[in-house]
Amino acid sequence: MHAPDGFLNVGTAVATGALSAGAVSVALRQSREQLGDRQVPLAGLSAAFVFAAQMVNFPVAAGTTGHLLGGALAAILLGPAVGTLVVTVVVVVQALVFADGGLTALGYNVLNMAVVTSFGGYAAFVLMRRLLPRNGTGVVVAAGLAAGISVVLSSMAFSIEWLFGATADVPFDTVFGAMVGVHLLIGIGEGAITALAVGAVLAARPDLVHGARDLDRIALNDRPPVGIRAFAIGATLVTLLVATVVSQFAVDDPDGLEFVAEEQGFLESGEDHSFGDSLFADYATRGLGNESASLAVAGATGVAITLAVGFGLFAAVRERRRDPTTAG
Amino acid sequence: MGAGHAHPLHHHGHSRVHHLAPEAKVAAAFATTVAIAITPREALWAFAIHAAVLAGVVATARLPLRFVLARLTVVLPFVTFALFLPFVAGGEQVEVFGLEVARDGLWAMGNVLTKATLGATVSIVLAGTTESSRILMGLERLRVPAALTTIATFMLRYLELIADEIGRVRTAMAARGYAPRWLWQARPMASAAGALFIRSYERGERVHAAMAARGFTGTMPDLGIRRAGPAEWFMAATVPTFALAVTLTALLTN
Repeated sequence: MHAPDGFLNVGTAVATGALSAGAVSVALRQSREQLGDRQVPLAGLSAAFVFAAQMVNFPVAAGTTGHLLGGALAAILLGPAVGTLVVTVVVVVQALVFADGGLTALGYNVLNMAVVTSFGGYAAFVLMRRLLPRNGTGVVVAAGLAAGISVVLSSMAFSIEWLFGATADVPFDTVFGAMVGVHLLIGIGEGAITALAVGAVLAARPDLVHGARDLDRIALNDRPPVGIRAFAIGATLVTLLVATVVSQFAVDDPDGLEFVAEEQGFLESGEDHSFGDSLFADYATRGLGNESASLAVAGATGVAITLAVGFGLFAAVRERRRDPTTAG
Repeated sequence: MGAGHAHPLHHHGHSRVHHLAPEAKVAAAFATTVAIAITPREALWAFAIHAAVLAGVVATARLPLRFVLARLTVVLPFVTFALFLPFVAGGEQVEVFGLEVARDGLWAMGNVLTKATLGATVSIVLAGTTESSRILMGLERLRVPAALTTIATFMLRYLELIADEIGRVRTAMAARGYAPRWLWQARPMASAAGALFIRSYERGERVHAAMAARGFTGTMPDLGIRRAGPAEWFMAATVPTFALAVTLTALLTN
């Protein structure tokens, strides 16, 4: 996912750069007390862990392998603010020291791989925790689902950026379908590995799991064993469900949604000055193949990502207020 | 593992590019990449000049050509994506080698490939001639928040160690006959990742305790690497200024 230079147009690079810088500065402010003294080496070592975890190949199917992206995992273990910082550092160092990903592409690479996965993934985690029982299994399953969702959110964010900053005449729905389709599959792996890794940390050092700090020891130990096969089947079912919903959006006549999305589309372009009128005209004719349907998908996706990241930011701010002695 | 260890992309040397102060070099790399990224895709002559200038920089830095070419393979994943563009793009179709492809898609493919390659070359020159700790120092002097650069310093300092640790775990697993092929056989790998997180975190706590015992106040000391003077800034600015001039000419004549 490390996009190179020139992959999206200049306006998108600048706009995503501004968004990333804003989100990272919020994360910096939220974690300042934590990072003040002893947490700096801890965050550094955690960043080394995320970097190393990205280099590990996990089995996927018939001997093929994939690797972890780690945004949601970092957010769940370290909290959304420190998690975002850690993954941002990983992405920036990969560009500067390892030449992986372009320097002018840092705006969208950080946005997609660090901000959206960490804040969005943490928002999904918090929501899943509400729906699931308050015990160790709840945390593990929520971590898995959130990690899967974070990968899909990341691919959706990329599709939206393509809509505004396409450098080729490829319709939005083609890019959206391909990106989200592939990332639904990647998300299954990411979810399974993240859930198991969080489970392993919970078993040995539950105090290190930021996302489970509200549970006491008894609730944490309440973990009836869930087989990985059962988990994989469950994850597949969830994926199929999501895929069905997404394809419904894309294929069917969107009726009322079309109106909302169109309004949303205008709202979005109105919010950011760099997406001026001319760009929006471009956006309606060049970025889209099947106008109304893809506009609906684009609008709904934009709203979903904005809500998820916003909720993640909100969760980070609120948690710190509630718990001034944060140590996680 | 000693401090200031060379990373895999670093190529030890004593050229003028190597000795440039890090903040000037990092700023120059960013500015040059921007110039490349905003070059209009039809201006092939501009890309040729950019490439020639970069070749000159590589020569001045005395980086072996093989070293640069081997590191350029990092852009390959996106090259495969770019190769699809002519086939999925809309608009006017043209025939190339008996295949129906979109003219716009071909231009887009060329655009992504050229800019990705040139941009990666800039990054390779920067990383190849600058130790990672100095790149981070350069960033800090360019006003990147110290929290971020300090995290990055610790990350690079311990990355190799932690990667080695996971390598030993994998060796031990393989020695005991663990050869997973499917996702549902991944539990031991994932548990190892969890255990690795705990070990990394606990190592972080020990590192902090050891540093606190030696008077760590939360910020890293400046190791006294000299800062860029006006002459050095001027020298570093030559390449990006020239590249930006080329790009501006291309933009105006386009």
